[in-house]
Amino acid sequence: MSHALRRLLGPRAVVLPFAIVLAFPFYWMVITAFKKTTELYDLSSVPFWWHDGLTLSNIRDLFENTPYVTWLENTALVGVIVVAITLIVAMPAGYALARLSGGWGQTMGVGIFLTYLVPPTLLFLPLSRVISDLHLSNSLGSLILVYPSFTIPFSTWLLMGFFKTIPPELEDAALIDGCSRIQALIRIVFPISLPGILTVVIFSFSLVVNEFIYAITFISSSHNRTLSAGVPTDLIRGDLVLWGGVMAATLIPSIPLALLYNAFLNRFIAGFTGGAFR
Amino acid sequence: MLAPVLIAPAVIFILALVGLPLLLAIYLAFSSATSGSLSGHWVGLANFRHEWGNAIFQRALWNTFWFTVISQVIVVLGAGILAHALMHPFRGRWFLRFLILLPWAAPIALGTIAFQWILDPTFSIFNWILVHTHTIGPFCSATGISNCSATSPPNWVGDPTLARISIILVHAWRILPFATVIFIAGIASIPTEVHDAAAIDGATGLKKFWYVSLPLQLPIAIIALLFGIVFTATDMTVAYVLTHGGPFNSTHMLTTWAFTTGIESGSLGEGAAVSLFLLPVLAVVAIGMLIAAKRAEVA
Repeated sequence: MSHALRRLLGPRAVVLPFAIVLAFPFYWMVITAFKKTTELYDLSSVPFWWHDGLTLSNIRDLFENTPYVTWLENTALVGVIVVAITLIVAMPAGYALARLSGGWGQTMGVGIFLTYLVPPTLLFLPLSRVISDLHLSNSLGSLILVYPSFTIPFSTWLLMGFFKTIPPELEDAALIDGCSRIQALIRIVFPISLPGILTVVIFSFSLVVNEFIYAITFISSSHNRTLSAGVPTDLIRGDLVLWGGVMAATLIPSIPLALLYNAFLNRFIAGFTGGAFR
Repeated sequence: MLAPVLIAPAVIFILALVGLPLLLAIYLAFSSATSGSLSGHWVGLANFRHEWGNAIFQRALWNTFWFTVISQVIVVLGAGILAHALMHPFRGRWFLRFLILLPWAAPIALGTIAFQWILDPTFSIFNWILVHTHTIGPFCSATGISNCSATSPPNWVGDPTLARISIILVHAWRILPFATVIFIAGIASIPTEVHDAAAIDGATGLKKFWYVSLPLQLPIAIIALLFGIVFTATDMTVAYVLTHGGPFNSTHMLTTWAFTTGIESGSLGEGAAVSLFLLPVLAVVAIGMLIAAKRAEVA
Protein backbone atom coordinates (compact mmCIF):
# COMPACT_ATOMS: atom_id res chain seq x y z
CA MET A 1 0.00 0.00 0.00
CA SER A 2 2.59 2.53 1.06
CA HIS A 3 4.72 1.51 -1.90
CA ALA A 4 1.87 1.98 -4.36
CA LEU A 5 0.98 5.30 -2.79
CA ARG A 6 4.54 6.53 -3.00
CA ARG A 7 4.80 5.56 -6.65
CA LEU A 8 1.54 7.34 -7.38
CA LEU A 9 2.61 10.56 -5.71
CA GLY A 10 6.27 10.54 -6.61
CA PRO A 11 8.96 12.73 -5.04
CA ARG A 12 7.69 15.77 -6.95
CA ALA A 13 4.40 15.67 -5.07
CA VAL A 14 6.36 15.83 -1.81
CA VAL A 15 8.75 18.56 -2.91
CA LEU A 16 6.24 20.85 -4.61
CA PRO A 17 4.26 21.92 -1.51
CA PHE A 18 7.50 22.68 0.35
CA ALA A 19 8.78 24.69 -2.62
CA ILE A 20 5.55 26.71 -2.76
CA VAL A 21 5.62 27.56 0.95
CA LEU A 22 9.35 28.34 1.05
CA ALA A 23 9.36 30.45 -2.11
CA PHE A 24 6.05 32.24 -1.49
CA PRO A 25 7.62 35.36 0.10
CA PHE A 26 9.74 35.83 -3.04
CA TYR A 27 6.71 35.46 -5.30
CA TRP A 28 5.08 38.07 -3.10
CA MET A 29 8.10 40.38 -3.45
CA VAL A 30 7.84 40.17 -7.25
CA ILE A 31 4.08 40.79 -7.28
CA THR A 32 4.35 43.73 -4.87
CA ALA A 33 7.45 45.34 -6.39
CA PHE A 34 5.85 45.75 -9.83
CA LYS A 35 2.32 46.62 -8.71
CA LYS A 36 0.87 50.12 -8.89
CA THR A 37 0.39 51.67 -5.45
CA THR A 38 -3.30 52.34 -6.04
CA GLU A 39 -3.92 48.67 -6.81
CA LEU A 40 -1.68 47.49 -3.97
CA TYR A 41 -3.79 49.22 -1.33
CA ASP A 42 -7.15 48.37 -2.93
CA LEU A 43 -8.60 45.55 -0.82
CA SER A 44 -11.29 44.78 -3.41
CA SER A 45 -8.84 43.69 -6.13
CA VAL A 46 -7.58 40.09 -6.15
CA PRO A 47 -3.97 40.45 -4.93
CA PHE A 48 -2.31 37.40 -6.52
CA TRP A 49 -1.66 39.01 -9.88
CA TRP A 50 -1.45 42.39 -11.64
CA HIS A 51 -4.79 43.65 -12.99
CA ASP A 52 -3.85 47.22 -13.70
CA GLY A 53 -0.60 46.52 -15.54
CA LEU A 54 2.97 46.46 -14.24
CA THR A 55 4.93 49.49 -13.15
CA LEU A 56 8.58 50.37 -12.67
CA SER A 57 7.79 53.45 -10.60
CA ASN A 58 8.39 51.63 -7.27
CA ILE A 59 11.92 50.74 -8.34
CA ARG A 60 12.57 54.20 -9.80
CA ASP A 61 11.35 55.75 -6.58
CA LEU A 62 13.60 53.43 -4.56
CA PHE A 63 16.68 54.36 -6.58
CA GLU A 64 16.01 58.09 -6.86
CA ASN A 65 14.37 59.07 -3.58
CA THR A 66 15.98 56.79 -1.00
CA PRO A 67 19.63 56.09 -0.03
CA TYR A 68 19.24 52.56 -1.49
CA VAL A 69 22.01 52.94 -4.08
CA THR A 70 24.36 54.21 -1.35
CA TRP A 71 23.54 51.13 0.73
CA LEU A 72 24.28 48.88 -2.25
CA GLU A 73 27.63 50.64 -2.71
CA ASN A 74 28.47 50.47 1.02
CA THR A 75 27.62 46.76 1.13
CA ALA A 76 29.74 46.04 -1.95
CA LEU A 77 32.67 48.06 -0.56
CA VAL A 78 32.63 46.41 2.87
CA GLY A 79 32.08 43.00 1.25
CA VAL A 80 35.03 43.29 -1.14
CA ILE A 81 37.48 44.52 1.52
CA VAL A 82 36.38 41.98 4.12
CA VAL A 83 36.60 39.12 1.60
CA ALA A 84 40.11 40.25 0.61
CA ILE A 85 41.27 40.34 4.27
CA THR A 86 39.61 36.97 4.84
CA LEU A 87 41.38 35.31 1.91
CA ILE A 88 44.79 36.71 2.88
CA VAL A 89 44.42 35.34 6.41
CA ALA A 90 42.41 32.15 5.85
CA MET A 91 44.13 30.67 2.78
CA PRO A 92 47.53 30.09 4.44
CA ALA A 93 45.87 28.96 7.68
CA GLY A 94 43.51 26.54 5.90
CA TYR A 95 46.40 25.10 3.90
CA ALA A 96 48.64 24.66 6.95
CA LEU A 97 45.85 22.97 8.92
CA ALA A 98 45.11 20.62 6.02
CA ARG A 99 48.67 19.70 5.20
CA LEU A 100 51.58 20.69 7.35
CA SER A 101 50.64 20.19 10.93
CA GLY A 102 49.86 16.49 11.16
CA GLY A 103 47.51 15.09 13.79
CA TRP A 104 46.60 18.25 15.65
CA GLY A 105 45.76 20.06 12.40
CA GLN A 106 42.26 18.58 12.46
CA THR A 107 41.81 19.35 16.16
CA MET A 108 42.89 22.94 15.70
CA GLY A 109 40.70 23.26 12.61
CA VAL A 110 37.70 22.15 14.65
CA GLY A 111 38.72 24.60 17.38
CA ILE A 112 38.83 27.49 14.91
CA PHE A 113 35.50 26.42 13.45
CA LEU A 114 33.88 26.36 16.90
CA THR A 115 34.72 30.07 17.30
CA TYR A 116 32.42 30.62 14.29
CA LEU A 117 29.60 29.50 16.60
CA VAL A 118 30.23 32.38 19.03
CA PRO A 119 27.47 34.68 17.81
CA PRO A 120 27.56 38.45 17.18
CA THR A 121 24.68 38.74 19.66
CA LEU A 122 27.16 37.81 22.40
CA LEU A 123 29.93 40.14 21.22
CA PHE A 124 28.16 43.28 20.00
CA LEU A 125 28.02 45.01 23.40
CA PRO A 126 31.75 44.74 24.26
CA LEU A 127 32.64 45.47 20.63
CA SER A 128 30.44 48.59 20.61
CA ARG A 129 32.70 49.86 23.39
CA VAL A 130 35.87 48.91 21.56
CA ILE A 131 34.58 50.60 18.39
CA SER A 132 33.82 53.84 20.22
CA ASP A 133 37.22 53.75 21.96
CA LEU A 134 38.84 53.40 18.53
CA HIS A 135 36.74 56.35 17.23
CA LEU A 136 35.28 54.12 14.51
CA SER A 137 31.63 54.68 15.46
CA ASN A 138 29.34 55.41 12.53
CA SER A 139 31.96 54.50 9.93
CA LEU A 140 32.20 51.59 7.52
CA GLY A 141 35.66 51.01 9.04
CA SER A 142 33.98 49.54 12.14
CA LEU A 143 32.30 46.86 10.01
CA ILE A 144 35.47 46.17 8.01
CA LEU A 145 37.35 45.65 11.29
CA VAL A 146 34.76 43.39 12.94
CA TYR A 147 33.34 41.25 10.10
CA PRO A 148 36.49 39.12 9.66
CA SER A 149 35.74 37.78 13.16
CA PHE A 150 33.13 35.47 11.61
CA THR A 151 34.34 35.23 7.99
CA ILE A 152 37.84 34.00 8.97
CA PRO A 153 36.81 30.97 11.11
CA PHE A 154 34.16 30.01 8.54
CA SER A 155 36.52 30.37 5.55
CA THR A 156 39.50 28.69 7.24
CA TRP A 157 37.30 25.64 7.86
CA LEU A 158 35.97 25.55 4.28
CA LEU A 159 39.44 26.01 2.78
CA MET A 160 40.91 23.31 5.01
CA GLY A 161 38.31 20.92 3.55
CA PHE A 162 39.17 21.95 -0.03
CA PHE A 163 42.94 21.75 0.39
CA LYS A 164 42.64 18.23 1.81
CA THR A 165 41.26 17.02 -1.51
CA ILE A 166 44.43 18.07 -3.38
CA PRO A 167 46.99 15.23 -3.55
CA PRO A 168 50.22 16.19 -1.70
CA GLU A 169 52.21 14.51 -4.49
CA LEU A 170 51.61 17.58 -6.67
CA GLU A 171 53.51 19.81 -4.25
CA ASP A 172 56.18 17.17 -3.65
CA ALA A 173 56.87 17.18 -7.38
CA ALA A 174 57.18 20.98 -7.30
CA LEU A 175 59.50 20.82 -4.28
CA ILE A 176 61.73 18.34 -6.08
CA ASP A 177 61.82 20.68 -9.06
CA GLY A 178 63.35 23.31 -6.80
CA CYS A 179 60.30 25.35 -5.73
CA SER A 180 60.11 26.54 -2.15
CA ARG A 181 57.04 25.59 -0.06
CA ILE A 182 55.58 29.09 -0.55
CA GLN A 183 56.21 28.98 -4.32
CA ALA A 184 54.52 25.57 -4.51
CA LEU A 185 51.59 27.05 -2.61
CA ILE A 186 51.19 30.04 -4.90
CA ARG A 187 51.98 28.33 -8.23
CA ILE A 188 50.39 24.90 -7.73
CA VAL A 189 47.96 24.69 -4.79
CA PHE A 190 46.06 27.97 -5.03
CA PRO A 191 45.42 27.79 -8.81
CA ILE A 192 44.09 24.21 -8.54
CA SER A 193 41.89 25.24 -5.60
CA LEU A 194 40.33 28.14 -7.51
CA PRO A 195 36.78 26.67 -7.49
CA GLY A 196 37.04 26.16 -3.73
CA ILE A 197 38.41 29.65 -3.21
CA LEU A 198 35.56 31.11 -5.31
CA THR A 199 33.09 29.23 -3.10
CA VAL A 200 34.67 30.85 -0.05
CA VAL A 201 34.48 34.27 -1.71
CA ILE A 202 30.77 33.89 -2.43
CA PHE A 203 29.74 32.50 0.93
CA SER A 204 31.79 34.91 3.02
CA PHE A 205 30.51 37.81 0.90
CA SER A 206 26.98 36.64 1.61
CA LEU A 207 27.75 36.47 5.35
CA VAL A 208 28.70 40.16 5.09
CA VAL A 209 25.50 41.03 3.22
CA ASN A 210 23.49 39.11 5.85
CA GLU A 211 25.04 40.74 8.90
CA PHE A 212 22.52 42.84 10.79
CA ILE A 213 23.31 43.34 14.47
CA TYR A 214 26.77 44.95 14.19
CA ALA A 215 25.49 47.13 11.34
CA ILE A 216 22.62 48.58 13.36
CA THR A 217 24.73 48.87 16.53
CA PHE A 218 27.79 50.64 15.11
CA ILE A 219 26.24 52.74 12.34
CA SER A 220 23.89 55.57 13.22
CA SER A 221 23.45 57.67 10.08
CA SER A 222 21.49 56.59 7.06
CA HIS A 223 24.13 57.20 4.38
CA ASN A 224 26.64 54.92 6.14
CA ARG A 225 24.33 51.91 6.40
CA THR A 226 24.55 48.61 4.59
CA LEU A 227 21.59 46.89 2.87
CA SER A 228 20.54 44.59 5.73
CA ALA A 229 20.50 47.46 8.22
CA GLY A 230 19.25 50.24 5.94
CA VAL A 231 16.12 48.64 4.53
CA PRO A 232 14.48 47.63 7.87
CA THR A 233 15.38 50.86 9.68
CA ASP A 234 15.12 53.66 7.12
CA LEU A 235 12.57 52.38 4.60
CA ILE A 236 10.08 51.07 7.16
CA ARG A 237 9.21 54.03 9.25
CA GLY A 238 5.95 55.48 10.48
CA ASP A 239 2.52 54.53 9.20
CA LEU A 240 2.99 55.15 5.51
CA VAL A 241 5.30 52.42 4.25
CA LEU A 242 5.61 52.22 0.47
CA TRP A 243 5.65 48.43 0.28
CA GLY A 244 6.19 48.36 -3.49
CA GLY A 245 9.59 49.98 -3.10
CA VAL A 246 10.44 47.98 0.04
CA MET A 247 9.72 44.68 -1.71
CA ALA A 248 11.87 45.76 -4.66
CA ALA A 249 14.62 46.55 -2.14
CA THR A 250 14.45 43.01 -0.72
CA LEU A 251 14.12 41.32 -4.11
CA ILE A 252 17.11 42.94 -5.84
CA PRO A 253 19.92 41.44 -3.68
CA SER A 254 18.12 38.13 -3.10
CA ILE A 255 17.98 36.89 -6.69
CA PRO A 256 21.69 37.12 -7.60
CA LEU A 257 22.62 35.59 -4.22
CA ALA A 258 20.22 32.69 -4.81
CA LEU A 259 21.68 32.02 -8.26
CA LEU A 260 25.22 32.02 -6.86
CA TYR A 261 24.21 29.69 -3.99
CA ASN A 262 22.76 27.22 -6.47
CA ALA A 263 25.81 27.32 -8.71
CA PHE A 264 28.23 26.71 -5.83
CA LEU A 265 26.07 24.58 -3.54
CA ASN A 266 27.78 21.24 -4.15
CA ARG A 267 31.24 22.69 -3.55
CA PHE A 268 29.99 24.40 -0.41
CA ILE A 269 28.65 21.13 0.99
CA ALA A 270 31.88 19.31 0.11
CA GLY A 271 33.96 21.91 1.95
CA PHE A 272 31.59 22.45 4.85
CA THR A 273 31.24 18.77 5.70
CA GLY A 274 34.62 17.76 4.23
CA GLY A 275 36.61 18.64 7.32
CA ALA A 276 34.60 16.35 9.58
CA PHE A 277 32.99 13.71 7.39
CA ARG A 278 35.45 11.70 5.43
CA MET B 1 58.47 25.22 10.83
CA LEU B 2 56.30 27.09 8.36
CA ALA B 3 52.94 25.97 9.75
CA PRO B 4 52.82 28.25 12.82
CA VAL B 5 53.65 31.27 10.62
CA LEU B 6 50.80 30.43 8.26
CA ILE B 7 48.29 29.81 11.04
CA ALA B 8 49.31 32.68 13.32
CA PRO B 9 47.45 35.56 11.57
CA ALA B 10 44.14 33.66 11.70
CA VAL B 11 44.63 32.76 15.37
CA ILE B 12 45.59 36.34 16.29
CA PHE B 13 42.54 37.74 14.44
CA ILE B 14 40.23 35.30 16.20
CA LEU B 15 41.74 35.90 19.65
CA ALA B 16 41.52 39.68 19.19
CA LEU B 17 38.00 39.81 17.73
CA VAL B 18 36.28 36.84 19.40
CA GLY B 19 38.33 35.83 22.45
CA LEU B 20 38.98 39.26 23.95
CA PRO B 21 35.46 40.63 23.34
CA LEU B 22 34.05 37.49 24.96
CA LEU B 23 36.16 38.15 28.08
CA LEU B 24 35.15 41.81 27.95
CA ALA B 25 31.48 40.75 27.76
CA ILE B 26 31.92 38.68 30.91
CA TYR B 27 33.65 41.61 32.65
CA LEU B 28 30.93 44.06 31.55
CA ALA B 29 28.23 41.76 32.92
CA PHE B 30 29.70 42.19 36.42
CA SER B 31 30.02 45.97 36.06
CA SER B 32 27.74 48.98 36.10
CA ALA B 33 29.01 50.23 32.71
CA THR B 34 26.62 52.35 30.67
CA SER B 35 27.09 53.74 27.18
CA GLY B 36 27.29 57.21 28.77
CA SER B 37 30.01 56.50 31.36
CA LEU B 38 32.23 53.79 29.98
CA SER B 39 34.18 53.25 33.19
CA GLY B 40 31.74 51.13 35.15
CA HIS B 41 32.76 49.65 38.48
CA TRP B 42 32.43 46.11 39.79
CA VAL B 43 28.91 45.28 40.98
CA GLY B 44 29.20 41.52 41.40
CA LEU B 45 26.07 39.57 40.54
CA ALA B 46 23.77 42.60 40.74
CA ASN B 47 23.03 42.68 36.99
CA PHE B 48 22.20 38.99 36.91
CA ARG B 49 20.07 39.19 40.04
CA HIS B 50 18.18 42.20 38.73
CA GLU B 51 17.47 40.55 35.37
CA TRP B 52 16.58 37.20 36.92
CA GLY B 53 13.72 38.90 38.77
CA ASN B 54 12.60 40.89 35.72
CA ALA B 55 9.39 39.61 34.12
CA ILE B 56 10.45 40.72 30.62
CA PHE B 57 13.72 38.81 30.97
CA GLN B 58 11.93 35.68 32.18
CA ARG B 59 9.61 35.97 29.19
CA ALA B 60 12.62 36.39 26.86
CA LEU B 61 14.34 33.33 28.33
CA TRP B 62 11.27 31.13 27.81
CA ASN B 63 10.66 32.57 24.35
CA THR B 64 14.25 31.78 23.36
CA PHE B 65 13.79 28.21 24.58
CA TRP B 66 10.40 27.55 22.97
CA PHE B 67 11.07 29.44 19.72
CA THR B 68 14.19 27.32 19.28
CA VAL B 69 12.66 23.96 20.24
CA ILE B 70 9.45 24.30 18.22
CA SER B 71 11.08 25.75 15.11
CA GLN B 72 13.77 23.04 15.13
CA VAL B 73 11.20 20.23 15.47
CA ILE B 74 9.50 21.62 12.35
CA VAL B 75 12.87 21.95 10.60
CA VAL B 76 14.11 18.42 11.35
CA LEU B 77 10.82 16.79 10.30
CA GLY B 78 10.54 18.93 7.17
CA ALA B 79 14.19 18.55 6.17
CA GLY B 80 14.03 14.77 6.66
CA ILE B 81 11.04 14.42 4.34
CA LEU B 82 12.33 16.95 1.82
CA ALA B 83 15.89 15.56 1.65
CA HIS B 84 14.64 12.02 0.99
CA ALA B 85 12.30 13.23 -1.76
CA LEU B 86 15.07 15.28 -3.37
CA MET B 87 17.38 12.24 -3.55
CA HIS B 88 15.22 10.79 -6.35
CA PRO B 89 15.82 12.25 -9.79
CA PHE B 90 12.75 13.81 -11.40
CA ARG B 91 12.08 16.40 -14.05
CA GLY B 92 12.13 19.96 -12.75
CA ARG B 93 14.21 19.03 -9.69
CA TRP B 94 16.77 21.75 -10.37
CA PHE B 95 14.09 24.46 -10.41
CA LEU B 96 12.32 23.18 -7.29
CA ARG B 97 15.68 22.98 -5.49
CA PHE B 98 16.32 26.61 -6.51
CA LEU B 99 12.98 27.66 -4.99
CA ILE B 100 13.67 25.71 -1.80
CA LEU B 101 17.09 27.32 -1.33
CA LEU B 102 15.76 30.90 -1.67
CA PRO B 103 15.08 31.52 2.05
CA TRP B 104 18.64 30.52 2.92
CA ALA B 105 20.29 32.54 0.15
CA ALA B 106 18.38 35.79 0.74
CA PRO B 107 19.66 38.08 3.52
CA ILE B 108 17.71 37.26 6.72
CA ALA B 109 16.74 40.84 7.50
CA LEU B 110 15.28 41.29 4.01
CA GLY B 111 13.43 37.96 4.03
CA THR B 112 11.89 38.88 7.37
CA ILE B 113 10.71 42.20 5.92
CA ALA B 114 8.77 40.27 3.29
CA PHE B 115 6.97 38.52 6.15
CA GLN B 116 6.25 41.88 7.75
CA TRP B 117 4.33 42.74 4.59
CA ILE B 118 2.73 39.29 4.28
CA LEU B 119 1.52 39.62 7.90
CA ASP B 120 0.58 43.32 7.65
CA PRO B 121 -2.31 44.22 10.03
CA THR B 122 -4.40 45.68 7.19
CA PHE B 123 -3.11 44.16 3.97
CA SER B 124 -2.07 40.65 5.07
CA ILE B 125 -2.65 38.18 2.26
CA PHE B 126 -3.91 35.64 4.81
CA ASN B 127 -6.57 38.06 6.01
CA TRP B 128 -7.55 38.86 2.45
CA ILE B 129 -8.09 35.14 1.79
CA LEU B 130 -10.01 34.66 5.05
CA VAL B 131 -12.27 37.64 4.33
CA HIS B 132 -12.92 36.85 0.67
CA THR B 133 -13.62 33.17 1.22
CA HIS B 134 -15.97 34.16 4.08
CA THR B 135 -14.11 31.82 6.43
CA ILE B 136 -12.89 34.51 8.81
CA GLY B 137 -15.80 34.11 11.26
CA PRO B 138 -15.42 30.33 11.61
CA PHE B 139 -11.62 30.70 11.63
CA CYS B 140 -11.70 33.14 14.54
CA SER B 141 -14.14 31.10 16.62
CA ALA B 142 -12.30 27.83 15.87
CA THR B 143 -8.88 29.18 16.84
CA GLY B 144 -10.08 31.36 19.72
CA ILE B 145 -7.77 34.23 18.78
CA SER B 146 -8.55 37.34 20.82
CA ASN B 147 -9.86 40.45 19.05
CA CYS B 148 -10.63 38.37 16.00
CA SER B 149 -14.03 38.38 14.33
CA ALA B 150 -15.65 38.66 10.93
CA THR B 151 -15.26 42.45 11.10
CA SER B 152 -11.77 42.62 12.64
CA PRO B 153 -9.22 40.31 11.03
CA PRO B 154 -6.41 38.84 13.17
CA ASN B 155 -3.28 40.95 13.71
CA TRP B 156 -0.51 38.42 13.07
CA VAL B 157 2.27 40.50 14.62
CA GLY B 158 0.15 42.60 17.02
CA ASP B 159 -1.36 39.79 19.11
CA PRO B 160 1.14 38.22 21.58
CA THR B 161 0.29 34.58 20.75
CA LEU B 162 0.08 35.11 16.99
CA ALA B 163 3.30 37.14 17.03
CA ARG B 164 5.13 34.28 18.77
CA ILE B 165 3.80 31.76 16.25
CA SER B 166 4.85 34.09 13.42
CA ILE B 167 8.42 34.37 14.74
CA ILE B 168 8.67 30.58 15.13
CA LEU B 169 7.46 29.99 11.58
CA VAL B 170 9.85 32.56 10.09
CA HIS B 171 12.75 30.89 11.95
CA ALA B 172 11.68 27.47 10.64
CA TRP B 173 11.26 28.93 7.14
CA ARG B 174 14.80 30.27 7.02
CA ILE B 175 16.61 27.26 8.63
CA LEU B 176 14.76 24.52 6.70
CA PRO B 177 16.71 24.90 3.41
CA PHE B 178 20.07 24.77 5.20
CA ALA B 179 19.07 21.67 7.19
CA THR B 180 17.81 20.02 4.01
CA VAL B 181 21.14 20.65 2.29
CA ILE B 182 23.06 19.09 5.21
CA PHE B 183 20.65 16.12 5.33
CA ILE B 184 21.16 15.50 1.60
CA ALA B 185 24.93 15.46 2.14
CA GLY B 186 24.46 12.96 4.96
CA ILE B 187 22.23 10.64 2.93
CA ALA B 188 24.56 10.83 -0.08
CA SER B 189 27.54 9.83 2.09
CA ILE B 190 25.98 6.43 2.94
CA PRO B 191 27.61 3.85 0.62
CA THR B 192 25.16 2.10 -1.71
CA GLU B 193 26.54 -1.27 -0.56
CA VAL B 194 24.76 -0.73 2.75
CA HIS B 195 21.39 -0.57 0.99
CA ASP B 196 22.22 -3.67 -1.07
CA ALA B 197 23.25 -5.59 2.03
CA ALA B 198 20.05 -4.55 3.80
CA ALA B 199 17.98 -5.68 0.81
CA ILE B 200 19.69 -9.11 0.74
CA ASP B 201 19.01 -9.52 4.47
CA GLY B 202 15.35 -8.80 3.76
CA ALA B 203 15.12 -5.42 5.47
CA THR B 204 12.48 -3.25 3.78
CA GLY B 205 10.33 -0.22 4.42
CA LEU B 206 10.06 0.96 8.01
CA LYS B 207 12.33 -1.80 9.31
CA LYS B 208 15.14 -0.77 6.99
CA PHE B 209 14.62 2.90 7.89
CA TRP B 210 14.72 2.18 11.64
CA TYR B 211 17.66 -0.25 11.73
CA VAL B 212 19.76 0.87 8.75
CA SER B 213 19.08 4.34 7.39
CA LEU B 214 18.30 6.16 10.65
CA PRO B 215 21.42 5.12 12.63
CA LEU B 216 23.64 6.01 9.67
CA GLN B 217 21.99 9.40 9.16
CA LEU B 218 21.79 10.27 12.82
CA PRO B 219 25.23 11.90 13.25
CA ILE B 220 24.73 14.33 10.38
CA ALA B 221 21.11 14.96 11.37
CA ILE B 222 22.39 15.92 14.82
CA ILE B 223 25.00 18.24 13.29
CA ALA B 224 22.25 19.97 11.28
CA LEU B 225 20.09 20.21 14.40
CA LEU B 226 22.94 21.70 16.46
CA PHE B 227 23.53 24.35 13.79
CA GLY B 228 19.81 25.06 13.72
CA ILE B 229 19.78 25.52 17.51
CA VAL B 230 22.67 28.01 17.44
CA PHE B 231 21.33 29.93 14.45
CA THR B 232 17.88 30.26 16.05
CA ALA B 233 18.69 30.82 19.73
CA THR B 234 21.39 33.41 19.01
CA ASP B 235 19.57 35.20 16.19
CA MET B 236 18.27 38.67 16.82
CA THR B 237 17.27 39.69 13.32
CA VAL B 238 13.97 37.83 12.91
CA ALA B 239 12.37 38.89 16.20
CA TYR B 240 13.80 42.43 16.00
CA VAL B 241 12.58 43.11 12.46
CA LEU B 242 9.24 41.33 12.75
CA THR B 243 7.97 42.55 16.15
CA HIS B 244 10.79 44.51 17.81
CA GLY B 245 9.98 42.46 20.93
CA GLY B 246 6.39 43.72 20.98
CA PRO B 247 3.51 43.83 21.56
CA PHE B 248 4.07 44.78 25.22
CA ASN B 249 7.52 43.06 25.32
CA SER B 250 5.81 39.70 24.83
CA THR B 251 8.02 38.39 21.99
CA HIS B 252 11.51 39.33 23.16
CA MET B 253 14.25 36.74 22.86
CA LEU B 254 17.44 36.98 24.96
CA THR B 255 19.12 38.62 21.97
CA THR B 256 16.54 41.37 21.37
CA TRP B 257 16.25 42.03 25.10
CA ALA B 258 20.06 42.32 25.39
CA PHE B 259 19.98 44.82 22.51
CA THR B 260 17.11 46.80 24.01
CA THR B 261 18.78 46.88 27.43
CA GLY B 262 22.39 47.39 26.31
CA ILE B 263 22.04 49.69 23.29
CA GLU B 264 18.60 51.32 23.29
CA SER B 265 18.52 51.88 27.08
CA GLY B 266 22.31 52.20 27.31
CA SER B 267 22.79 49.79 30.25
CA LEU B 268 25.83 48.10 28.77
CA GLY B 269 26.57 45.93 31.82
CA GLU B 270 23.05 44.68 32.24
CA GLY B 271 22.70 43.97 28.52
CA ALA B 272 25.92 41.94 28.63
CA ALA B 273 24.54 39.96 31.56
CA VAL B 274 21.42 39.13 29.50
CA SER B 275 23.45 38.00 26.49
CA LEU B 276 25.68 35.78 28.66
CA PHE B 277 22.67 33.51 29.20
CA LEU B 278 23.40 32.31 25.65
CA LEU B 279 26.71 30.79 26.79
CA PRO B 280 25.26 27.51 28.15
CA VAL B 281 23.50 26.96 24.80
CA LEU B 282 26.81 27.44 22.99
CA ALA B 283 28.67 25.13 25.39
CA VAL B 284 26.13 22.33 24.93
CA VAL B 285 26.14 22.73 21.14
CA ALA B 286 29.95 22.80 20.93
CA ILE B 287 30.27 19.62 22.99
CA GLY B 288 27.48 17.94 21.03
CA MET B 289 29.16 18.86 17.77
CA LEU B 290 32.52 17.43 18.82
CA ILE B 291 30.86 14.14 19.83
CA ALA B 292 28.80 13.94 16.63
CA ALA B 293 31.83 14.73 14.46
CA LYS B 294 33.82 12.00 16.20
CA ARG B 295 31.02 9.47 15.69
CA ALA B 296 30.72 10.42 12.02
CA GLU B 297 34.46 9.84 11.62
CA VAL B 298 34.21 6.39 13.17
CA ALA B 299 31.22 5.49 11.03
